[in-house]
Amino acid sequence: MIEVVFFASLREDLGSSGFKIDPSGINNINDVIDSLASAQGTHFKDILIGDNILVAINQEMGDVDTTVNDEDEVAFFPPVTGG
Amino acid sequence: MNIRISVQEQAFDAGAEIALLKSSGVGGINVFVGVVREMNEGDSVSGLFLEHYPGMTEKQIKTIIDEAGARWDLQSATVIHRVGQLHPDDEIVFVGVSSAHRGDTFDACEFIIDFLKTRAAFWKKETFSEGDRWLETRKSDLKTAENWAAKFE
Repeated sequence: MIEVVFFASLREDLGSSGFKIDPSGINNINDVIDSLASAQGTHFKDILIGDNILVAINQEMGDVDTTVNDEDEVAFFPPVTGG
Repeated sequence: MNIRISVQEQAFDAGAEIALLKSSGVGGINVFVGVVREMNEGDSVSGLFLEHYPGMTEKQIKTIIDEAGARWDLQSATVIHRVGQLHPDDEIVFVGVSSAHRGDTFDACEFIIDFLKTRAAFWKKETFSEGDRWLETRKSDLKTAENWAAKFE
């Protein structure tokens, strides 16, 4: 399974801290977003493909074309505001 | 270079952290301590909640410190960043660096805090009288980070 997690305002906007999704048919982040949209509703896609949404795969920054494999951890989050 | 990184809920003791940055050959220590502001964008802030991405945040801090260590001659570097529920006047972040010479410590300390604001997975949510709001990245912080990149080109 692929573990998907959401942080901060994105978690609140989506009303979820994450999901485990079936890796079959998933090759990249675009596929992860499509899988979430078909299971959870098209608003997931509308929000996750937003300009301001960042994505990390196994805790390394990536983008919609980054490859995703079974057992990977995929995190979506808004721009950071630390310091 | 000795590196100390901690993302924690509890308060830190800046004096004790400074003492840990001293070692043989150190000629100077430079420290930045961030404090929760009482006023932000004209509103009186009653609380600040911080969230991070456990594991990734620490790795990103390590990368920032390593970049500083590659550019300046540092003996030690410490970053402590608090998470969880904070309040105005609470100390939120400690950045400390030590080196044989002061110039390196000023530059490295500034570099590390500037990139902590734009390259490490932390998110802040402010509480004020009308409710709460997630903060957005300040354009001025992004510009500051871009200026560093331009400086090293």
